[in-house]
Amino acid sequence: MKNDNVIQVKNLTKKFGDFTAVDSISFEVKKGEIFGFLGANGAGKTTAMKMLIGISKPTSGSAQIADFDVYTHTEDIKKNIGYMSQKFALYDDLTVRENSTFFGGIYGLSRAQIKEKTMQLIEELNLQAVANELVGSLPLGWKQKIAFSVALLHNPKIIFLDEPTGGVDPITRRQFWEMIYKTANNGTTIFVTTHYMDEAEYCDRVSIMVNGKIEALDTPKKLKEQFKATDMNEVFLKLARG
Amino acid sequence: MSISVKHISKSFKNTTAINDVSFEVKEGELFGLIGPDGAGKTTIFRILTTLLFADKGTATVAGYDVITNYKDIRNNVGYMPGRFSLYQDLTVEENLTFFATIFDTTIEENYDLIKDIYIQIEPFKNRRAGALSGGMKQKLALCCALIHKPKVLFLDEPTTGVDPVSRKEFWEMLKRLQQKGITILVSTPYMDEAILCDRIALIQNGQLLQIDTPQQIAKQYPKKIYAISADNIYQLIIHLKAYKHSYSVYPFGEFVHYTDKRADFDLKELVLFLEDRNIKNSRIQQTEATIEDTFMELAK
Amino acid sequence: MKRFIGFITKEFYHIFRDKRSLFILFGMPIAQILLFGFAITNEINNVDIAILDKSKDATTQEIINKIAASKYFSVKQLIENESAIESIFKKGKVKAVLVFENNFSKKLTKENTATIQIITDATDPNTANTISNYTSSIVQNYQQAINKNIKIAYQIVPETRMVYNPELKSVFMFVPGVMTIILMLVSAMMTSISITREKELGTMEILLVSPLKPFQVIIGKVVPYIFLAVINAIVIVLLSIFIFKMPVQGSLFLLAMESILFIITSLSLGILISTIAATQQTAMMISLMGLMLPVILLSGFIFPIASMPAPLQVISHIIPAKWFIIIIKGIMLKGVGIAFIWKETLILVAMTLFFMVLSVKKYKIRLE
Repeated sequence: MKNDNVIQVKNLTKKFGDFTAVDSISFEVKKGEIFGFLGANGAGKTTAMKMLIGISKPTSGSAQIADFDVYTHTEDIKKNIGYMSQKFALYDDLTVRENSTFFGGIYGLSRAQIKEKTMQLIEELNLQAVANELVGSLPLGWKQKIAFSVALLHNPKIIFLDEPTGGVDPITRRQFWEMIYKTANNGTTIFVTTHYMDEAEYCDRVSIMVNGKIEALDTPKKLKEQFKATDMNEVFLKLARG
Repeated sequence: MSISVKHISKSFKNTTAINDVSFEVKEGELFGLIGPDGAGKTTIFRILTTLLFADKGTATVAGYDVITNYKDIRNNVGYMPGRFSLYQDLTVEENLTFFATIFDTTIEENYDLIKDIYIQIEPFKNRRAGALSGGMKQKLALCCALIHKPKVLFLDEPTTGVDPVSRKEFWEMLKRLQQKGITILVSTPYMDEAILCDRIALIQNGQLLQIDTPQQIAKQYPKKIYAISADNIYQLIIHLKAYKHSYSVYPFGEFVHYTDKRADFDLKELVLFLEDRNIKNSRIQQTEATIEDTFMELAK
Repeated sequence: MKRFIGFITKEFYHIFRDKRSLFILFGMPIAQILLFGFAITNEINNVDIAILDKSKDATTQEIINKIAASKYFSVKQLIENESAIESIFKKGKVKAVLVFENNFSKKLTKENTATIQIITDATDPNTANTISNYTSSIVQNYQQAINKNIKIAYQIVPETRMVYNPELKSVFMFVPGVMTIILMLVSAMMTSISITREKELGTMEILLVSPLKPFQVIIGKVVPYIFLAVINAIVIVLLSIFIFKMPVQGSLFLLAMESILFIITSLSLGILISTIAATQQTAMMISLMGLMLPVILLSGFIFPIASMPAPLQVISHIIPAKWFIIIIKGIMLKGVGIAFIWKETLILVAMTLFFMVLSVKKYKIRLE
């Protein structure tokens, strides 16, 4: 039977001593879906995501990422996912080309592949003029777009984005979302963690975590109907305030 | 005028941080500088708080010139820099006491001003600032900036990195402070916060795009905006962009905001075009422009 | 004044809550002084020596037996004439040669005085010094023993001569040297780090946008460290007096005053560093590379200045630590008063003023 879900999480739990950071969460994400993973600071989203990307062992429950088990196949998981965060994305003191080459190398691409992919990246983002400039000297929005492309170099099945567009100007932000749509359209699953509700509006489905539990999971549209809210921000406030 | 900025420019090495910026903030006004990271917001704040000299132009804060009367300004303004700037190894109370003493005052003296905010963090007053949650830190920072009863309050991106609940609370606090007669200049990269200000200035690449009330700014959008939704947003965007009459196409949450080159046109034409391109379940609706729409139109 | 006290209180909170800086402040001085102290007073065991006995009488034989019997020395060779001394040193077979003069016993009984020459290989000055001390004390024990039996006090005079490094400059330098390093570290590095930390945290921005004047910020930063550095100096002096029995020959008051002067020199250097460095890391690097290394290498603390190449000797003049080491060495070891060290003191005062003026000029009341 062919399984369409690239992320399958069941009763996933993480405890730190007496404190339950993630409390038995369950959800599935389909291939090519844009999944928003929301929650306030300290709601447990970072802990949950660390388990999903294989850098933290769950206390109990199960999770399969791209058909690999989070307990036993963390190395395979790492090979099949991409990760990009707003805090760290690229090395500021390397050029665009060097960054691309470096990250390609990390994921074990061959020299020829790296060369080809780097060319492709520079072309797609129209970076010919700045390909040999230090990333640190580029505008934030460009950096984010480059970082996203770099995270896709090794054709991951799933890409995890951590607050990808915070602070970026509105136009670049939309270009960024267009890139995300395109990537999803090509079959890559997008997993976005954020606490900016306007980022949530772009997702196919969103889950909202409150105190370690997933309190709501649906399309933004249905959540808004369910909570009689005009935007996701309102949905979130209603949920978080009880 | 509480803040008056006239033709201010500032460059660092070979990059222009801000270019010919002018605006005025009335006494008791809640004024927002809205723009993305790197637009020049922090530079404006630093010039107004006397931390930087402008290359060109003049500015006054609370009636004092930022260059010649910088000492008076330093006595009369409260400033919350972009990053959390309190002593992480001091407790909540020690931080507040410290800032009170350097302004030659005490917590008791101005307690009424910070009371609303301080009671929320008072239960944790013996906790080190570094161990507070994001929202708490921000409240403490606000208390520290207010402890000497400033006439003007400068808040540089106070809500960045803070969750929606804390953000909402924070803006409610600002509204109450405003009622106590404090002029507030606040900056934010979030367009949805613009609506909470009395007046805003949109800023991009060191230049002000427009200054007005949020309502006026949204209203000034020159075109009719259509919100279009469909099953496959990506295909929808691709085809809309390829449509010969399209003026702008921007994804907007679950919709796409579309404007047409023509002043007036028959919606049916667009519906047919989309059907022809095999876009399923498309829906078109006219919608109000938001500040973000205006921003993008101006920044184009 | 209230502002000032508030500021200093805050600084002390920072210091006492940061385990790292507490360690640097109090653990390092003690650790360093003990380390250097014990490294230098290291006991010697079974050092090979040679003996040239020109007298060959009963007394010399007895002394030789005593030395050979001690666990410190083993007599490797008996040599016959002085010309053999140099060759035996050159071969590196022995660390010391004892030379008994002619007619040792006769001289001792008739003239009540006789001489043993102790020649040591001072390429390793510390060992050489220890060897000569040990030999002297063995001879002195013997002397006391024979004086008990005989009414007239005989005097054997051990006469030491060190070859290759006759002045033996680095010996007993460790206390002055360590004290200098510690005062420098506490004052310059800790101050510069504490100021740059405020820059890094962004709190400096808030301090600048407050009615505090720049010099108030600086004084507030500096006062706690003067206090801590003085405590450190006291601890070091006490340790060296009570653990290493290193007497302070000169005036304690003068020592205290000179130390405070040097602390202020270092503090002004620290402030200067903090005006240049933007991060704690840079401040630390500049302090370590720019201050500590020269202090260790060029101040005469470990490597005697007299044996440095001329260009380095010139450079050593601009290192404040060099002058301070001369000063405290003078006070602690030689017991000299201000009359002998006024020149060095004046140089330190001038340097301090220079650094202060420079850092005040460089200190920014704005961010640029």
